[in-house]
Amino acid sequence: MTLAPEAEGRALAPTIEADRVSRAFGGVQALDGASFSAMKGEVHALVGENGAGKSTFIKLLGGRLKPDSGEIRVESRPVNFSGPDAAHALGVWTVFQELTLLPWMTVAENLLIKREPRGRFGLIDRRRIVEQAESILAGFGVRTVDPRALVDDLSLAKRQMVEIVRIIAQKPATILLDEPTSSLGDSEVDWLFGLIRQLRAGNNCVIFTSHRWSEITHIADRITIFRNGRELGTFNEIDERRAVSLMTGQRVEAHYPKPRPLGEVPPKLEVRGLTGPGVSEVSLMLRAREILGVGGLAGQGHRELFFSLFGAEPTTRGEIIVDGKRTRIKNPRDAARAGIALVPEDRKTEGLLLPLSVGANLTLAILRRISRFGVLLPAYERRPALGMVDALKIRTPDLGNPVGKLSGGNQQKVLLGRWLLHDSRILLLYDVTRGVDIATKHEIYELIVRLADEGRAVLLYSSDAEELAHLCHRVLVMRERRIVAELEAPGITAEEIVSAAVREIKVVGNRGGRAAA
Amino acid sequence: MLAMAVIVYCAVYWLEQAALPGNFEITSTVNNTMPLVLVAMGQAFVVVARGLDLSVGGVMDLANGLAAVHIHDNLASMVGWSVLILIVSGAFGLINGLLVGVGRLQPVLVTLATLAIYQGLAIRVLPQPGGSIPPLYTAALVNPNRPYALIYVMLVGFLWYAFRRSSIGVAIFALGNDEQAARANGIDTLQARVTAFALSGFMAGAAGLFLAANATAGDATTGDGYVLSSIVAVVLGGMNLFGGRGSGVGVIAGAFVTTMIVNILFFSNIDPLYQSFYEGLFLIAAVVLGGQIGRLLRRR
Repeated sequence: MTLAPEAEGRALAPTIEADRVSRAFGGVQALDGASFSAMKGEVHALVGENGAGKSTFIKLLGGRLKPDSGEIRVESRPVNFSGPDAAHALGVWTVFQELTLLPWMTVAENLLIKREPRGRFGLIDRRRIVEQAESILAGFGVRTVDPRALVDDLSLAKRQMVEIVRIIAQKPATILLDEPTSSLGDSEVDWLFGLIRQLRAGNNCVIFTSHRWSEITHIADRITIFRNGRELGTFNEIDERRAVSLMTGQRVEAHYPKPRPLGEVPPKLEVRGLTGPGVSEVSLMLRAREILGVGGLAGQGHRELFFSLFGAEPTTRGEIIVDGKRTRIKNPRDAARAGIALVPEDRKTEGLLLPLSVGANLTLAILRRISRFGVLLPAYERRPALGMVDALKIRTPDLGNPVGKLSGGNQQKVLLGRWLLHDSRILLLYDVTRGVDIATKHEIYELIVRLADEGRAVLLYSSDAEELAHLCHRVLVMRERRIVAELEAPGITAEEIVSAAVREIKVVGNRGGRAAA
Repeated sequence: MLAMAVIVYCAVYWLEQAALPGNFEITSTVNNTMPLVLVAMGQAFVVVARGLDLSVGGVMDLANGLAAVHIHDNLASMVGWSVLILIVSGAFGLINGLLVGVGRLQPVLVTLATLAIYQGLAIRVLPQPGGSIPPLYTAALVNPNRPYALIYVMLVGFLWYAFRRSSIGVAIFALGNDEQAARANGIDTLQARVTAFALSGFMAGAAGLFLAANATAGDATTGDGYVLSSIVAVVLGGMNLFGGRGSGVGVIAGAFVTTMIVNILFFSNIDPLYQSFYEGLFLIAAVVLGGQIGRLLRRR
């Protein structure tokens, strides 16, 4: 598997380098003697597990942090950035995972901050701000964002796009992107890659981190692998197996654990004719120990389906039947009481309470169990929380650590852990591996299979059709708020899921029994 | 909401006095509201930066006292001392800003303390109500016969307009939005914060001058009630106490609504003992309604 070969014939001097840089936080050595170099006209990916040091490295290169030892050079001259501004002065700009947009100001105001066009008396001309913003957005091929919209009103994906545009509009010579695709949908990712290719063609240097292997192979010229704060080499070409084993230090056998065989069991969850603003006549049946996948292109109603089943979105018609009993689910509390748990995609804003500790987040759904007479007892909190940290291999220095400080993959595990402690028997997992590094993804796959095996019913949505194809017993495909296809294992392929998503095909059974619409 | 309040006010006035409020009424209402308009605008600057300035009452008292003692009946004195008092007020605001920004202390804590300090200083300057304000000064600021006050209100409006479109204004708004993000955008958040507090002090000083001019004499305690009123006016004006957004024009309207409510109660001949009670009730209703209206109108 060769990485994108378009880098041939570009300038050969490294435009940015790190020479044995190290950085520690408190007692933790985040980076230990990492070296790296990237050229003009190159797209360079940094890969590694969460906690491997990639984000720290990006922050060092971008001037957000100072190294404890080692040297950073730009255009072969050593630099000692006093802050991000110093890096900007040398044309090195960073797009961070935590967006730096001002939520209650418009897109236009954000794009042009500190460079607003002036009118009479030297005051900012608000009309021209909008005009200029429009031309900037158009220049970057962004057509779906209204410059007059408040940033807070935009979806996460659009916000990420605005942030990216804002930074690239500064015409950086070198641009660092930390997990740029983590909040973007497929078409937005294509847009970003188009931009990256333009930057490369313009002889700029693009350095980014990503967990998605397909992206990395698609666009990167070289990759550098990190593990445990050490850099393990830079490669032009590498096999995915080898990369993953370098990243994790273990041999990774199979990609996906196989779904376990099911017996004949009555359905755990039945949905009939569920209709609401986001779903249209959705009916499905889910048995205990079954992993039912839901696939399709983004924005076709999956989110609304999951949230409706959890009571977080209103429905106008339809029945939800749990264990054979009709159940009213009008809010998440009803859902939780019915044994349904939802692990959402946007963990930062829809699930976790970031400033609270890992222990508090884990036990959030079982407060009654860990309190006596309305008083929370920390002693009662520790055991179940520790048990879950152990079982899920959540990497945290201790239970009291604020969950906002964990890496993305570990945060996801905390969210999963919370609902596992709640002992819910029906799990709605919505894109739980998004933004999670490859090794942790595998851990989560194993977990999902094990959870189902222990008797739970799992409804799984993933934007990654491969995951659905390999993990699920059946896959439903949604399109325009309806279910348009049902595929059964064995033999589901990602291609089938995608074609069903694009063309309405009614397919039931194995590949041999396909009927075209 | 302002329109509503004006209508109710006129209605009640008409019922009681069998006539609509005349020029004199309107002028005197505007004159009486000027101090609140000024101090509320100052408070707005700080609230936008996600802070709160409780010391405005103290600064008003101090300005009031200094004006009563030192402003004499000649142009040089009036102009000179006014400027001096404004500068001093701004400086006190600056001190607040530095304590909050550099000292990293909570604004409520800091300004509560400075409120007491500034009040103390004010009492020292003018221990008993007294002193005198030259009639010319009063005529210039709160003329009962000419609607100069409307001009002043418009000036305050322009002040907000310019502020909103200035670099420092954007910086203060950004600070209130998200301090981290503001800094990541290269904004000097310390400068923004200190400026917000300095502006608040300055406006409180101006409010104190207007208060003194209106009363034609000094009283180093009348500013105290304005602390709460300035916050009420800001909230009624639709500004979010968490900062980062809101309209100064709304704040001016909020100041007038606050005064209107008091006036309505006055003219409805409600037992003065119960006036506070009703005032509170009205304010709660206004805030709840304002919240709903705000939700409909959003921003601006």
